[in-house]
Amino acid sequence: MEFVDNLGMGKPSDLVQGTLDLLILKTLLLDPLHGWAIAKRIQQLSGEVLQVQQGSLYPALHRLEQQGWIKAKWAESETGRQAKFYALTAAGRSQLEKETANWNRLSAAINLVVGEA
Amino acid sequence: MRLVEQIRMAFLSLFRRGQASTRLDDELRYHLDRQIAENISAGMSPEDARAAALRQFGNPALLRDQTRSTWTGASLDSLVRDLRYVLRSLLHSPAFTLIAVFIIALGIGANVALFTLVHRVLLNPLPYPEPNQLVSIYEHESSGTNPHAYMPIDAGSFSEWKRAAQGFAEMAIVSPFQGYSVSAEGGKLPEMIEAAMCSWNFLPVLGVNPALGRTFGPADDSPSAEASVILSGAFWQRRYAGDPNIIGKQIWLNAKPYTVIGVLPQSFVYSGAFGGNTVQVWTAIAHEFPPSLMTAFNDHEAIAIARLSSGTSLDALVSRLRGVQRQIKSGHPEAGVHDSVIGRSLLDDAVQDYKTPLYALLAATGCVLLIASMNVASLLVARIASRRKELAIRVALGGGWLRIMRERLLESLLLSAAGGAIGLAFAAGALQWLVKTRHDMNRIEDIHIGAIEIGFVIVAVLATAFFAGLISAWSSKLRTVLSGLQDSARTLSSSRSRAGLRRTLLVLEVSLTVVLLVGAGLLLKSFQRLRSTDIGVPVDNVLTLHFGLPEARYKTAVERMAFFENVLSRVRALPGVQSAGLASAVPGQGYGGDDLVSVVEHPPLPKGTGLDLQIRGADPGYFAAIQLPIIRGRVFTADERLDRANVVVISQKAAEMCFPGEDPIGKHIKINVDNTVGEVIGVVRDTRWNINEPVMGQMYWPLFSERWVNVALVVRSPANVSAFAMPIQKIIGGLDPDLPVSGISTLRESIAKSTVDSQFDSLLVLAFAVIALVLAAAGLYGVLTYLVTQRTSELGIRIALGARREQLLRTVLFDGIRPALLGLFVGLAGSAAAVRLIRSMLYQTEPLDPAVFASVTVLLLAVATLACLLPAWRASRLDPIKALRTE
Repeated sequence: MEFVDNLGMGKPSDLVQGTLDLLILKTLLLDPLHGWAIAKRIQQLSGEVLQVQQGSLYPALHRLEQQGWIKAKWAESETGRQAKFYALTAAGRSQLEKETANWNRLSAAINLVVGEA
Repeated sequence: MRLVEQIRMAFLSLFRRGQASTRLDDELRYHLDRQIAENISAGMSPEDARAAALRQFGNPALLRDQTRSTWTGASLDSLVRDLRYVLRSLLHSPAFTLIAVFIIALGIGANVALFTLVHRVLLNPLPYPEPNQLVSIYEHESSGTNPHAYMPIDAGSFSEWKRAAQGFAEMAIVSPFQGYSVSAEGGKLPEMIEAAMCSWNFLPVLGVNPALGRTFGPADDSPSAEASVILSGAFWQRRYAGDPNIIGKQIWLNAKPYTVIGVLPQSFVYSGAFGGNTVQVWTAIAHEFPPSLMTAFNDHEAIAIARLSSGTSLDALVSRLRGVQRQIKSGHPEAGVHDSVIGRSLLDDAVQDYKTPLYALLAATGCVLLIASMNVASLLVARIASRRKELAIRVALGGGWLRIMRERLLESLLLSAAGGAIGLAFAAGALQWLVKTRHDMNRIEDIHIGAIEIGFVIVAVLATAFFAGLISAWSSKLRTVLSGLQDSARTLSSSRSRAGLRRTLLVLEVSLTVVLLVGAGLLLKSFQRLRSTDIGVPVDNVLTLHFGLPEARYKTAVERMAFFENVLSRVRALPGVQSAGLASAVPGQGYGGDDLVSVVEHPPLPKGTGLDLQIRGADPGYFAAIQLPIIRGRVFTADERLDRANVVVISQKAAEMCFPGEDPIGKHIKINVDNTVGEVIGVVRDTRWNINEPVMGQMYWPLFSERWVNVALVVRSPANVSAFAMPIQKIIGGLDPDLPVSGISTLRESIAKSTVDSQFDSLLVLAFAVIALVLAAAGLYGVLTYLVTQRTSELGIRIALGARREQLLRTVLFDGIRPALLGLFVGLAGSAAAVRLIRSMLYQTEPLDPAVFASVTVLLLAVATLACLLPAWRASRLDPIKALRTE
């Protein structure tokens, strides 16, 4: 996420951080993925617009794991190596719903403002 | 579910840190490798692919740190690191750590011990249901000198009160200062036991249920009832080995059979201002008191307790009873009938006597703790000062200011916690010792360290830690710390301001010490006065023991006389006994009873009034045995006994009271209550019945008469008088195996016992004052040493420039003594205010005793000078070359 990545200088703002969390949770909705795959998936789904940098991705993943929204398991990846796979927990699923609703409300509001101009 | 997950994660990141870190590295490496692989498949050479991936990846170490900081307990992690650092630095200077911990342990230990005492004895509610409703009611003389005199009551007034209080309070009467001799039975020794006689509703009013059997019913509490007794749990265990079948059995009290109807729980204890906590058996008062005593208004043998009905206050009850008592007085105007009533809660009744001393001691320990934490703060400040450069560099390099604050607090918290733990052990030991030495104190059996005391320790630890820690943290304020970098070796300003803080602490320390010293001095002086008070007879080499002849067995005065003479002649025949005598009461061992008298030759006094004299019975040999000097006339002869016992010997004070300006010999004294008349044949020296109390007039009547059944045997021997205790007991046991002997002690021991309060208080406060003095002296020494070290180069320059060493000595000495002087003045002023609070603990000593204040001043100045002398002397002996080279 180019605009998200702030090159590791200080902490990302709440808005941006919340957005990244939402993207990660949404990505994990279908099946467990490891960090690399999450970054790739977000990149693909956003039509190559959002490039998530490792400097934001891994702190976010670990924070979500600490909060119990996602859980991690080491498993064999498609290349045959062990990788850390993240999956949504039940709590994460409901958190995703909440954040999605929030996002919709927020983006609709922003659209109203921006669209009018 | 989410919570479980969170806890699991927290656990993993807290306790499996190493593993989690490795896994994080693996995770990041996997990402990097995938990026490289992708770059290669996009057509880059392996080297370019790697370089590009790394470029994109950024700083791996930073990423790792950022990720780790999201883990739970990241802050805890740094706390643990700080803790480890502080611990290491404390262990690096073991001397400092030991001293600081010891000082805190002393302060906290003393406080915990005193707090436990105050909490358990003064504040804990009594162990009865709804203890707030329970009050004690006493009689009172409205014209008396002491507005707070709680005087025992008479049974006559009580029955009027009980009627008047109906609906407002349930009232019960108890006479807790009675005694019985228990006969030998089943191979057990006879013994003298303390007893209480109470109305049947006394135990129900307290709300106590028996452990075995029942309590008294109304039918037991009458003169015609069968004699019944309730045993205390302790007596039941001790004498009857907890016999579960004791109910219904008979025991012999004063040679009469009593049926055991109940046993009280071990935990039950009644303690009032007039005793009760050592009572072993309970009997019914109307059965024990003669009917005349139950209706008398002038014989004060009991106290009343009441359980207030809801909605009634103590004041309401007392004012109601005052009305009743006023009426009684108007119907019976005699001097012995009191005209008023006074009451207080049952708890106050039990602990009133200890309140002032215990709170005074608590205040003293509070001062010690304050001084201790100031000293520790002062030590910490000194430590900071020596690490100023280090701190300054840390701050300059971006070390967090809060981190440094937290370190200071952690440091003092660690010290305080260690001190608190050791202090708790101190306190436990001290309390154990206390319970052993002061079993005379009411409610002492309740003392133990419980949850609240532990809570107090924690609060004390935290308070000490924050006090000391904040002072030391404050002294390393950001600005002053940074100035450490600017300091060249020879600037002095900042070090001076730091010492200024310590000086302020010192002034406070010294002033608190002065207050403690003055308090200790006053109490000690009071104790000395008490010790040196002359009770009227020489107290060394005198053994006393008590026994009483039960009237059930020794029915006539002739039988009793024969027994007394038998004992006396056998005891006098013991080799080594110099003299022996019998008396109803011995100086320093108790009140022994009083009576109103009038002088036959004088015009009659108004009805109901009289001269109040203490009454004693004595055998002819008693005066010689106790070595009571005869001032005029003579003492009894051997044949002045029984119906010829119409002679009386009076004390000097009694002579002044009854015969002012006259010769008493040959005149006659009449005891008002029974019209006994005696001719005054001699005047003897005054004796004191209690060393704490003023002298009363006394009269001695021949012991060999109807009146006396309880006696004290007095034995004097040139040396080792205690050794006669066994042979005398054998003599008495040989004459009557059922007769118990009690109160075996030397006269000196019994006097020491009555000064134990004073001794205890004064020695404890003295101990605290000495601790405070040592701490203050150490503080002075520390500050001055620090100052001298700081000024080494300045002093070196002065010496090099030709300053005279005496002059330097004087300057430095004065520098140290100045805070001590200031503290002394503040302390003296504070003492002048504080000593008023302990006025009631002083015996013949004025609170503003100039000698005490002067000696405290001298002592403090001497100690302060001594503490300052060494650093000052060292300063004056500085070698200028070395001093200048220290930078």
